[in-house]
Amino acid sequence: MDTPDNSSSKAWDHSPSAPLSIHDLTVAYHRKPVIWDIDLDIPEGKLVGIIGPNGAGKSTLLKACLDLIPKASGTVQVYGKDYRKQRAKVGYVPQRESVDWDFPVSALDVVTMGIYRQVGWCRPILGRHKAVARKALEHVGIGHLADRQISQLSGGQQQRVFLARALAQDAQLYFMDEPFAAVDAATERAIITLLKELKSQGKTVLVVHHDLATVAQYFDWVILLNMRVVAAGPTGEVFTQENLKNTYGGKLTLLAEAGHALSQLKS
Amino acid sequence: MTWYAIDTWIVVIGALCAMAAALPGCFLVLRKMSMMGDAISHAVLPGLAIAFLVTGSRASFSMFIGAAIVGVLTAVFTQWISNWGKVDSGASMGIVFTTLFAVGLLLIVQAADHVDLDPGCVLYGAIELAPWDIATTWTLGGVQLEIPRAALVLGSVFLFNLLIVIFFFKELKIAAFDPDLATTQGINANLMHYLLMTQVAVTTVASFEAVGSIIVIAMLIVPAATAHLLTDRLGVMLILAAGLGAMAAGAGHLMALLLPGWLGFESATTSGMMAVATGVFFLLAWMLAPRYGLLTKTLTTKRIRHSRELS
Repeated sequence: MDTPDNSSSKAWDHSPSAPLSIHDLTVAYHRKPVIWDIDLDIPEGKLVGIIGPNGAGKSTLLKACLDLIPKASGTVQVYGKDYRKQRAKVGYVPQRESVDWDFPVSALDVVTMGIYRQVGWCRPILGRHKAVARKALEHVGIGHLADRQISQLSGGQQQRVFLARALAQDAQLYFMDEPFAAVDAATERAIITLLKELKSQGKTVLVVHHDLATVAQYFDWVILLNMRVVAAGPTGEVFTQENLKNTYGGKLTLLAEAGHALSQLKS
Repeated sequence: MTWYAIDTWIVVIGALCAMAAALPGCFLVLRKMSMMGDAISHAVLPGLAIAFLVTGSRASFSMFIGAAIVGVLTAVFTQWISNWGKVDSGASMGIVFTTLFAVGLLLIVQAADHVDLDPGCVLYGAIELAPWDIATTWTLGGVQLEIPRAALVLGSVFLFNLLIVIFFFKELKIAAFDPDLATTQGINANLMHYLLMTQVAVTTVASFEAVGSIIVIAMLIVPAATAHLLTDRLGVMLILAAGLGAMAAGAGHLMALLLPGWLGFESATTSGMMAVATGVFFLLAWMLAPRYGLLTKTLTTKRIRHSRELS
């Protein structure tokens, strides 16, 4: 890991304007690598599914890109510049369990947090900021719940609050960590509609996803991850039995599920 | 019972301490770091001792700085140990503050035994004596007002904490609720963490001499936890916690004056009673709070069961 970075001589063709360009990214936890030597260029305007078994490093990949955990090596560029200079262009939807829902804030407060950057340090939140947040809540269909304390919302509604917060931020590139986990069917449909809408606006969305059965239906690009990138590319080319086998190893139940998903894809 | 000017000052000093502590206390409670106040208040002992050894005097300011620095270091070490070792944050806090406390005791016994750095005094404080230590005299409308040093110090700390909470309200809020999101928004959650730790350290240390550490630990956590039961809004929680803390200071001193007479005790310590009062307030809120109280919850369950039986 200590080898000098002579990456510029490497034959990897990084396009300068890609929404996300990851180069040689390695992250280790207690000296054990969690993700290893990731090289990826994500094209613009795609819905990208990140799939892989538990512990494959999916969330770690997102967090390392967002500078939330230290990288052992590697660089992450957003639209051709270092991520740290491009924070305004990047939105993040963390896992729902990552926050304390008993926190004394309303749904509207949480959505407003998505635009704290625009509000600026030490500046108060104004009516127009709240209006943006309210609009985002209406957009995800829970405008009427704006003043509810967040523990009084159902799981699906909480997930929508998180999505509204990302919407309010109006980013170009989104990272979403399992937005479909444990939500009701109506919310799942609402989320996928929203993702398609973001895509139609030319935005790029990376989604950590668990349900293999819906991958082909939801995403036009996939990254198969198991510490390393097993395969990445357009769903039609990359989401194959062979690649899934390489990603999930010998986990038979998952393979059966994958087989089912593939047969659905063909029919 | 007779109420003297000194009693008013005792309550004012207690209330200032309570309000100063309640503001950072709310964020401690919400971040589930309630024991941090406890840890910091014990860990500052070596800071006091080292400041004394370095400067050779018991001058308050150098002791204050020494203790505040060690207080913040407690938070830093706790973070390091839990980040780099396989130790959860509660355990690493336990390791850090007990070690520092022990080092502090050793330093005092070994090197500064001849001076009056009484650990007991640090724990229980001497709020009853605080009003006698006059810092300055103000003249307000022809009336001479002797301001005790404790009131001045704790008043300044309260103002310091108040200004931080007002100016950094949304930064403290987002860093407490969702530190990852804060970081992606360019608000350094670590920085906000250490700002909060600085507030806690400064408040604890400033309160030591005047009121003792027992009451600061109580005032950091109990009014904040009580306020959390009573409201769903962070701003309201902060105001309620400060108000409840101040009320507990008043009620506590009254209890300290009245109870011994009623129960036939000789006396009761004021700072102890103030801490007990916060506990009583919490108990009341825990039972009677409009939404989260025990009574409300039981009644709601009963009502639901009843209506189900009817239908």
